[in-house]
Amino acid sequence: MTETKGILLAGVGGQGILRASDILCSVFMAAGLDVKKSEVHGMAQRGGCVTSHVRYGEKVNSPLAKKNDIDILVSFEQMDTLRYLDYVKESGTVIMNTEKIFPPAVNLGEALYPSNVLETVRRHFVKVVSIDAATLALRAGNIRTVNTVFLGAISSCLNLPLELWEKVLQESFPSKLISANMEAFCSGRGAK
Amino acid sequence: MSGNEAIARGAFECGARFAAGYPGTPSTEIMETFANYPGVYAEWSPNEKVAMEVGIGAALAGAKAMVVMKHVGVNVAADPLFTASYTGTNGALVVITADDPSLHSSQNEQDNRHYARFMKIPMLEPADSQEAKAFIKLAFDLSEHFDTPVFLRTTTRVSHSKSVVALDEPRITEDRTAIRFNAEKFVMVPMNARKRRIAVEDRMRDLRAFAETFPENRMELNSPDVGIITAGISYHYAKDVFPEFSYLKLGMVYPLPAEMIRTFAARVRKIYVIEELDPFLEEQIRALGIEVTGKAIFPYTGEFDPGIVEQAITGSRKAARSLPEIPIPPRPPNLCPGCPHRGLFYVLGKLKIFVTGDIGCYTLSFMKPLEGMHSCICMGASIGMAHGMSKALGEKGRGKIVGVIGDSTFLHSGITPLLNMAYNRSDAVIVICDNRTTAMTGMQEHPATGFTLQGERTLGVDLVALVKTLGIESVRIVDPYDLQAVRIAIKEELARPGPSVVVSRHACALFKREKVASRKSFRIDPKKCIGCRLCLGLGCPPIAWTAVENESDSRTKETEGNGSRDGVAVIDQNRCVGCGLCEQVCKSGAIAEEEG
Ligand SMILES: Cc1ncc(C[n+]2csc(CCOP(=O)(O)OP(=O)(O)O)c2C)c(N)n1
Repeated sequence: MTETKGILLAGVGGQGILRASDILCSVFMAAGLDVKKSEVHGMAQRGGCVTSHVRYGEKVNSPLAKKNDIDILVSFEQMDTLRYLDYVKESGTVIMNTEKIFPPAVNLGEALYPSNVLETVRRHFVKVVSIDAATLALRAGNIRTVNTVFLGAISSCLNLPLELWEKVLQESFPSKLISANMEAFCSGRGAK
Repeated sequence: MSGNEAIARGAFECGARFAAGYPGTPSTEIMETFANYPGVYAEWSPNEKVAMEVGIGAALAGAKAMVVMKHVGVNVAADPLFTASYTGTNGALVVITADDPSLHSSQNEQDNRHYARFMKIPMLEPADSQEAKAFIKLAFDLSEHFDTPVFLRTTTRVSHSKSVVALDEPRITEDRTAIRFNAEKFVMVPMNARKRRIAVEDRMRDLRAFAETFPENRMELNSPDVGIITAGISYHYAKDVFPEFSYLKLGMVYPLPAEMIRTFAARVRKIYVIEELDPFLEEQIRALGIEVTGKAIFPYTGEFDPGIVEQAITGSRKAARSLPEIPIPPRPPNLCPGCPHRGLFYVLGKLKIFVTGDIGCYTLSFMKPLEGMHSCICMGASIGMAHGMSKALGEKGRGKIVGVIGDSTFLHSGITPLLNMAYNRSDAVIVICDNRTTAMTGMQEHPATGFTLQGERTLGVDLVALVKTLGIESVRIVDPYDLQAVRIAIKEELARPGPSVVVSRHACALFKREKVASRKSFRIDPKKCIGCRLCLGLGCPPIAWTAVENESDSRTKETEGNGSRDGVAVIDQNRCVGCGLCEQVCKSGAIAEEEG
């Protein structure tokens, strides 16, 4: 039996994280795998932390991963990467956004936004991909494709046929949004 | 699909066509999904007690009815349900209670399994979406067969996790509704209720016997060394880390199968009971004379995960890796940009008054920098508490007590306490934050929105007329986008003797139906900004403080006014929705609408 693997998507409410993890699940299902995902929608609609655990394999029990057991961490916000590093396996991959979204304490000038986040992450993990997802999404023609950029980045870490991703993506968006999302996906897939 | 979607699907597949509920995380999507199936009746009731009574009535008429709420909703609905346990159900009645270990979005962490025992009602608990779909059907079967309401308990993790579910064809439903009279069974006066009381004990005996053969109470015998007794999501956590152990997985958490537990106990040397929150299973199993380990090693509080289960049993913590120890500022949820609650609470936070609060998005305003709310207990509590404080304080409290309540919450449980304020002549002021929707749980309709859960147009109650009818003479409406108007209204009403109500009305910034033409965003002129930080006091997400490094650079030299500033405020144009509060707060005229 193949072991269960885990991906953790994290960021700020309103960034499209839950949508991305839904699509990710569809991809695993299309690949004939068992998959479970679990997320916490925060108290308010926006602004708070959002996480989504996706676990896949031949047979998945827990929808939640334990610490030190995540294969890929995808952080949609720069400093929030640090919040979840203890979930990632030593050999795991960290995919992170360069975008900063200031929490209230930083806005008020009461706390500092951490500096050198990328360097810090690199010091602890070998496989780190930092992406300016907003720029790539804009280049694809739609700022709302940020989450698809990350799906592209995830795809390059997984051994699944590209056609599978393309098929699921095509089914996931209304026709007028498909081309922008495809482009976003490709740019994420190519990101190093 | 999610556990919630699976419950709705299961109910539909097994022929349930009737549901009532009140929104509440993590239960809300059950009603929203069910309402979209063809041929069903589904309603948001004003509160859980009403929903329960609607369900009891539907079952009395012979329907298969589902009543849906979050854990604290059962507190509100408890009164009718305690006695519906006596009357039983003509049709079928399944009550969904969605519990929230870890309080992801609740005011407490109560373990509603106790209600099953307290009310003498059987309770099923699924561990994942496939089971959720199967168990709701079993719950309806049980309800019909044993003539009892049945609980289906989920937790946030089961409700909001998604897993693969195999669908079945919906059963063909036959209409079994009819008017049937049976006063002895349905008129619970003492002489009838005493007889039903005995029937309930007989039913419990039958249910205990049934539990022994219920296929969803199942043993998985592996290693004879360790046995795990568990239910719900904890089963999957344990299976993940200890696949080699033996398991007794309980699909029915009340009543328990005593013989099956004894048999299991005889097959294994050591038993752990794994359950989140209270030692509900553990204590009952101990009462059977069986030695088990449970809360001695597992936490009482918070939800579990595979790591917590593993660590409790093995006792060892894997040597934690050294990870960066950088302070990471917390990221609490915040009122959205343009949220109409912001203006109201900005004003309230500046007045030297005590604000009894309530539950909704607006509860977030207790935090810095608004700090405009000073208590929050349960839905509807604000009004009664404001009245109680004002009466207890007498002269000392005059003009100093305001109660604040959302529109959905007011209609849920604010009407009776407001009637009380009129009746017992209070001096407090009540503000209804009317954002035209139930925002916190995701924009559900309520009796003042003019629409039903199933999207039909209906009468929307007129809040002002309602409040006047209750006996409140002074009622006025203000727009919380206008700070000065809010300030004047609150001050004047506080000065007036007797109870009064201010309706602070502006649609939720995320509410598409009532969205007005989009406004221009605002920007701060860095030359005019004196760095006073007043605008930051709004706690608006797009407004950020940026330190000015070098006061002698050319840009800042041009500063009009105070030259000793150490930074300026900046608005993120992309996120500003143009409510204009910051412009009203700024004393140096540095904030203006974006031109063009
Ligand atoms: C008894 C009970 N039922 C449901 C909930 C969940 N809940 C809390 S507040 C709320 C409604 C909030 O709506 P409203 O009062 O209109 O305020 P808004 O969020 O729109 O600002 C709900 C459904 C709860 N906490 N307690």
